[in-house]
Amino acid sequence: MQNPQTLTATDIRKSFDGTQVLKGISIQVTKGQVLAIIGPSGSGKSTFLRCVTQLETVDSGEISICGETLVKNDAAGKAVYANKAVCAKIGLHIGLVFQNFNLFPHLSVLQNITEAPVRVLHKSKEEAETIARDLLKKMGLSEKADAYPCQLSGGQQQRVSIARALAMNPDVLFFDEPTSALDPELTGEILKVIRGLAAEHRTMVVVTHEMKFARDVADYVVFMDNGVIVEQGPPEELFDHTQNERTKAFLSRFNET
Amino acid sequence: MNYQVLLPQMLEATLMSLRIFFITLIFSLPLGMLVAMGRMSRLKILNLPMRFYILIMRGTPLMLQLLFLFYGMKPIFGIQLDRVLSAEAAFILNYAAYFAEIFRGGIESIPRGQHEAAKVLGFTKKQTFFRIILPQVVKRILPPMGNEFITLVKDTSLAQVIGVVELLKVTSNWVSSSVSMTPFVIAALFYLAMNAVVTRCFTVAENKLSYYR
Repeated sequence: MQNPQTLTATDIRKSFDGTQVLKGISIQVTKGQVLAIIGPSGSGKSTFLRCVTQLETVDSGEISICGETLVKNDAAGKAVYANKAVCAKIGLHIGLVFQNFNLFPHLSVLQNITEAPVRVLHKSKEEAETIARDLLKKMGLSEKADAYPCQLSGGQQQRVSIARALAMNPDVLFFDEPTSALDPELTGEILKVIRGLAAEHRTMVVVTHEMKFARDVADYVVFMDNGVIVEQGPPEELFDHTQNERTKAFLSRFNET
Repeated sequence: MNYQVLLPQMLEATLMSLRIFFITLIFSLPLGMLVAMGRMSRLKILNLPMRFYILIMRGTPLMLQLLFLFYGMKPIFGIQLDRVLSAEAAFILNYAAYFAEIFRGGIESIPRGQHEAAKVLGFTKKQTFFRIILPQVVKRILPPMGNEFITLVKDTSLAQVIGVVELLKVTSNWVSSSVSMTPFVIAALFYLAMNAVVTRCFTVAENKLSYYR
């Protein structure tokens, strides 16, 4: 294959209590690509991310990650998931950074990062700690290794949670509004980290409200509204030359400020 | 009053009270966790019986449960437990119900994000529960657990209704024969001392876990 697809999602549909939240979402992410998903609140961006990361199950559609099929439709068009072992294996290809960090409060920063490599990947404690300290250094948090999450600022916590995800060496890293719980000053430090990861050609999917960031960092932008993809394309096309009225209306609100 | 006879008798009876206290804790804590698990299960076949169990145990008097286990088992099931065993069984079954609800409250108070973060990192359900959730639950349930432990120390005195010779029983025997209130005062001090130790243990545990929020 010339262009290996790290993530392929096709016609994803999902309802909560009869309300359709995802009405047929299809995206592809190529290795090394940074995809930004933008759109108003309630448009289904986060739900889509949660489906791909197995925190929600889809009603129908197909998802494959790194060439392995997580879910596909049966003859009746209903989603059929791979068996538990395959789902778990596919889960190891991905990492997710949450809006609210979700660090483990009872574990130190270092333990937060080493726990999964040791327990899940069965790495030695020494190896996991070496990796963790390298990542902390990269995040500019070397001196915080023995601190507890409650002693850190929001921006620092989010950097630890990025390090925690990176320690599992995922093939694709998802960000679910990684800066929405942070004030503008701290937002900058997280965006800087993600920019750094993009420069290393990490495959990433970022759900974000930071339009400038999406435009600068993403290779490809998807605009979602009301459970469908309204428009997608390279950032300059979508941000500067859109012909779509809905996209224009959404973006104009950001350009005003 | 002959204190040289009274005090050794009271101390011996205190050992019985302590025995009921510790046996109850050893068995009702794990049992309570199992009941909590069943109560939180989405399977009706598990959660309905557990709801019913908790309703009965919390909804009827502990003293009635003691009397029932000692006097009621023979005519209904043909089994006669001895006095101390009946008392211990009643306390274990009763306290397990209260502990179950405390565990459930603690487990359900842990934000869903903790489960989700663990899942995305690849932890199994068992690893998530024992390494991520349970340590946080322990910290959160210490205050209500302290209440239950202290109540249990005092509740052991109920065992006298089925003839178990524990601290308060020995004490009241002495009060009626000697027509003096002093044994009551001494017994009160004994209970107070035991609960001071319990309180101290919980304070130490809370301090130990205060390194995070």
